[in-house]
Amino acid sequence: MNSLRYEAPSSLGDAIALLAGASGTSRILAGGTDVIVQMETDLIEPDLVVDIKKIPELRQIAVENGVFRVGAAVTGMELTDHEAFCKAWPGVVDGVKLIGSMQIKGRATMGGNLCNASPAADSVPALIAAGAIARIAGPNGARDVPVEDIPIGPGKTSLDKGEIIVSFRFPSRPVGSGDAYLRMTPRTEMDIAVVGVGVSITLDAGGVCIAARVALGAVAPTPLLIEEAGAALIGSPVDTRALDRLAQAAAAACRPIDDKRGTKEYRIKVAGVLAKRAALLALERARQNT
Amino acid sequence: MSKKYHVATTVNGDEYEYLCEPQQTLLDVLRDEMMLTGTKEGCGTGDCGACTVMVDGTMICSCLMLAVEADGKQIETIEGMAQGEKLHPLQHYFLELNGSQCGICTPGILIAAKALLDRNPDPTETEVRYWLAGNLCRCTGYDKIVRSVLAAAKEMREA
Repeated sequence: MNSLRYEAPSSLGDAIALLAGASGTSRILAGGTDVIVQMETDLIEPDLVVDIKKIPELRQIAVENGVFRVGAAVTGMELTDHEAFCKAWPGVVDGVKLIGSMQIKGRATMGGNLCNASPAADSVPALIAAGAIARIAGPNGARDVPVEDIPIGPGKTSLDKGEIIVSFRFPSRPVGSGDAYLRMTPRTEMDIAVVGVGVSITLDAGGVCIAARVALGAVAPTPLLIEEAGAALIGSPVDTRALDRLAQAAAAACRPIDDKRGTKEYRIKVAGVLAKRAALLALERARQNT
Repeated sequence: MSKKYHVATTVNGDEYEYLCEPQQTLLDVLRDEMMLTGTKEGCGTGDCGACTVMVDGTMICSCLMLAVEADGKQIETIEGMAQGEKLHPLQHYFLELNGSQCGICTPGILIAAKALLDRNPDPTETEVRYWLAGNLCRCTGYDKIVRSVLAAAKEMREA
């Protein structure tokens, strides 16, 4: 067994320096619900684990002029207990609520859900639909990256050595906006998405959709932002015809695999159906948000 | 060999200090160093909930927390649930209504159920079932567990 070193720096600069200067295998520890399992099952044998939970900016939920910034190491329970965030971004909360059990949500974080880079991560399509922007800090300074540009394949991200996701910034939310995340699983709890769909829309005063973003999970090597699916709703009252176009665009964008959870054909079919249902839930929330 | 880390923590109100290796989990230390063997190991991967404990008021799987992370934390385990000889109402009803059979899942389920009732003294059956979704039981079929939790909740509301 390797000799493992554990560090829990209280500043971002120290964390970056530790990771950037490390030789061998290093891992960031936030909630640990993936990393500790990988260590326990000998999938990884890190030389260095950097616990980022003592860094203040990773642990805060801040809101300024209706713009939320959520620290990447805020736990699922902390986020789903945050009333103002739940009211503003119910679809993101839908996704976070589906991450594991209550025990897992006591530790698991959105930053970890994104960086674990599972194609089926439940919070990620919801974050992409919301238009969340990740603030990344690293040895060469900070950069802001749309969430959809971070996973690049199963278990792989576009982060460079020494980089850490600090927080997620959500756009300001006009009245008439609503979002939703739904996933298809054989059971209602403790399962992994066969398909996941996040939808975020904004309606004008007349009920016409003026902005829409749609993202799919578990139908490709990474969660996908489907621009054609959002475009299918824009300019419509989100009626049956628009929803049919949305379903077609969502299904057309799928590049799934066959596995024990579902076949390619099943995933493609479900992606369309679920996209419609998520859009209808987002629509209902948008109409209530006046 | 990895360096050992010194940790000072509080378990059920008692202060503990221990030396641990960085790959040891909180569950390892609770059971093997503190000899608090009420907390059980089931899967070791966060799926079964047998190792559920409270850390600073939040319930977690102790198999998915490193022992070194417990420094400065307040931990509550099943050993702290009864007050001396007096059982907690949840423990009483798990005995009365057979919510416990082989017993391996029981400490984790009791901790999780208490966490629910501390947040929500009057949960519906559905809320109990969803809250306990991360606690697996292979004996009872869950129904007797859910009835035990609801009976304890009722008694605690009326107390």
